[in-house]
Amino acid sequence: MFQVQRGPEVHDVVVIGSGAGGGTAIKVLTDLGIKVTLIEAGPMLNPARDFKEHMWPWEVDHRGVGPNAENYFGKNIYPFGYFQAPNGYWDVPGEPFTVAEGSEFKWFRSRILGGRTNHYGRISLRFSDYDFKPYEFDGLGYDWPMTYEEMAPWYDKAEDWVGVTGTKEGFRSAPDGKFLPPVPPRVHEQLVMKAGKRLNIPVIPSRMAMLTKSIHGRAACHYCGQCGRGCRTASAFTSSQAMIMPAMKTGNLNIISNAMARELLVGDDGTVTAVSYIDKPTRTEKQIRCRAVIVAASACESARLLLNSKSTKFPNGLANGSGMVGRNLTDTVGYSLGGVVPAMEGMPRHNCDGIGGMHVYVPWWELDKKNKDFPRGYHIEIGGGFGMPQIGSFRGVAARAEGYGNSLKDSIHKYYGSTVSFAGRGEMIPNEHSYCEIDPSVVDQFGIPVLRFHFRWSDHEINMVKHMDRTFRALIETMGGRVTGRDFPERGAEAVSVGGEIIHEAGTVRMGSDPKTSVLNKWSQAHEVKNLVVADAAPFNGNPDKNVTLTIVANSWRAADHLADEMKKGNV
Amino acid sequence: MDELLKDEPSRRDLLRIIGNSMVLTTAGAGVLSPALAQHVHTEVAEAKSLSGGPNYQPKCLTKHYFATLRRLGEYIIPGSTDAGAAEYIDFLASRNDDLAAIFNGGLGWMDDYMLKHYNADFLSAKPEQQTALLDQLAYKKNATPENAPGQRFWTWARNMVVDAYYTSPVGVQEIGYMGNKAMSSFSVPQEAVDYAMKRSPFAKES
Repeated sequence: MFQVQRGPEVHDVVVIGSGAGGGTAIKVLTDLGIKVTLIEAGPMLNPARDFKEHMWPWEVDHRGVGPNAENYFGKNIYPFGYFQAPNGYWDVPGEPFTVAEGSEFKWFRSRILGGRTNHYGRISLRFSDYDFKPYEFDGLGYDWPMTYEEMAPWYDKAEDWVGVTGTKEGFRSAPDGKFLPPVPPRVHEQLVMKAGKRLNIPVIPSRMAMLTKSIHGRAACHYCGQCGRGCRTASAFTSSQAMIMPAMKTGNLNIISNAMARELLVGDDGTVTAVSYIDKPTRTEKQIRCRAVIVAASACESARLLLNSKSTKFPNGLANGSGMVGRNLTDTVGYSLGGVVPAMEGMPRHNCDGIGGMHVYVPWWELDKKNKDFPRGYHIEIGGGFGMPQIGSFRGVAARAEGYGNSLKDSIHKYYGSTVSFAGRGEMIPNEHSYCEIDPSVVDQFGIPVLRFHFRWSDHEINMVKHMDRTFRALIETMGGRVTGRDFPERGAEAVSVGGEIIHEAGTVRMGSDPKTSVLNKWSQAHEVKNLVVADAAPFNGNPDKNVTLTIVANSWRAADHLADEMKKGNV
Repeated sequence: MDELLKDEPSRRDLLRIIGNSMVLTTAGAGVLSPALAQHVHTEVAEAKSLSGGPNYQPKCLTKHYFATLRRLGEYIIPGSTDAGAAEYIDFLASRNDDLAAIFNGGLGWMDDYMLKHYNADFLSAKPEQQTALLDQLAYKKNATPENAPGQRFWTWARNMVVDAYYTSPVGVQEIGYMGNKAMSSFSVPQEAVDYAMKRSPFAKES
């Protein structure tokens, strides 16, 4: 047995994970002068080297299909394409997870500084008042131990720092925030606005974490539309560039990269005394002592770490007296549909890159409608425009248009820029069949027990998907378009995204006011372990149709600020 | 930042400068001026030919098959030689055995078909003989058991030539993609809005 290396130094706060939650906690604490050590399971990020922003496909011999033509054979070694920012994997080599029989689940994991914020869609929506009190609202799910009013100032701080576009609209389902100027709608988006008007569906400027004005020393957006590739000017928000790199300059941040947290160790008093991690390059176990720990490893990794931290005091896993660690797993309900709109065929060419993603979107508009066959709602994301041609861009039109030569070219040229797509992102109600737990018989390459997933959509979500299908179809047809791709008269169970696929996992270390039914208090601090804070989407009691990142930032900000207070008072 | 004022920095220089600015800037993380970003864009935006020329040495295919593929590519998308379509396919076939089998096998099948019907391989057959085969493969109504292996190959060749063409400078220019540029602001030309609105069901709305 090799020697475990234990450092004598006691670190103020150890943060595990560097995504939206970890990055925010690091920013807040280092700004307050607190010494922070970050443990990140992946390597450091170097935007100049790692981001493929502005590259043309022909700059690599394989044009982006993969050096061994992988994408032609369905082996997607780059989950979102070769040119996407380094982000993570659907299957992390050497780090498996298992899925229980009868369930389907995909788990996207990031292993790099900044985590999934390097590539995410940057849609930044506040949760609404009823999202914090869902049970009160309609008798489903769990109320949060705080209200929207309590969260609002933290959303203000988050938006101030992140930078979010938008306009004040007064929708209850989409609370207004502190917005940067919006970006004008593209042609297909203007058509969607017209269609929405006819169908009584509101289409409003999108709320996206891109800088339409320079703030905090980050340059304003230069509208190349490539945010997903990573932005070298940091004009699109990432935890790595907008939070961690500035924190490095404070001198208060120490980063241990390529370090996989294995276990949190507790002392006789039941508080966390040290973090045990595997130094990946040497495969040795190391321990660092700490005064407090913030776990922000992503909802499911954070649950896994707590469940794997068993001791005589916490036989079911750290802070898990309630048995709720791993339960209440949710993901966003996803469904999309696209079409071709003849009005745009052959449209005059122009540069419509803009910000990466939509310039307008649809907030949930039927909040007050009675007699729906599903609770809550969804927002709609809109795609289209003259994108940079990529491998596979014209596979669909080429398949529909027989022939070759100039006639094939004509079909492709006519089709280019004439499409529109809609993606619904809806709320899943937590259910007892959806959770993660430790697989009793499988460990990863570091010997750490892995997660086993159980996941099931309920009729709530399936009915919502059918509503999405009807809505998207109506929008496309109202624009004079025709639906392309798969076409079923009534889509539901066969069309909904696979659990985990939308990459919005949440709820696995839930907060609440009752320690018997929740793990964390309203400050995301463990009821049973006062120097343990969880600061990703794991504390979320629900998974509203607002995407998780902005609320991860706001909640982590609030949690870190409270922890700093408690440390100052000597309570931690 | 004096380095930015040098004449014609190379792409490598730019990336290095950008990399340094990420680390050294005092204003915050990763500040790159739009002017510098524009340099990166224009540096790569010339529509140069990706063809390896007449003396290109194929990495996987035989010289005969490579020449056949170029000719086939020109039929599928005129101009695909300049887009380096055959080079693209040959490169990937050299790195993927399944792809090598598909293209060697498909090109071999084509020659065999042409020899049986016209007593000449594809390259040396007359243009109308070549297109007679392509018409057999390109339209579902012409599908026969005899040409079934060719149809599968045709789908591969057609998709990959389309991919190669539209991911090349000449293809990007021809289809009219105008982005991948640093812009100081974003706007939509009214001409494009009017074009679409006039043709849409909303034409009569103000």
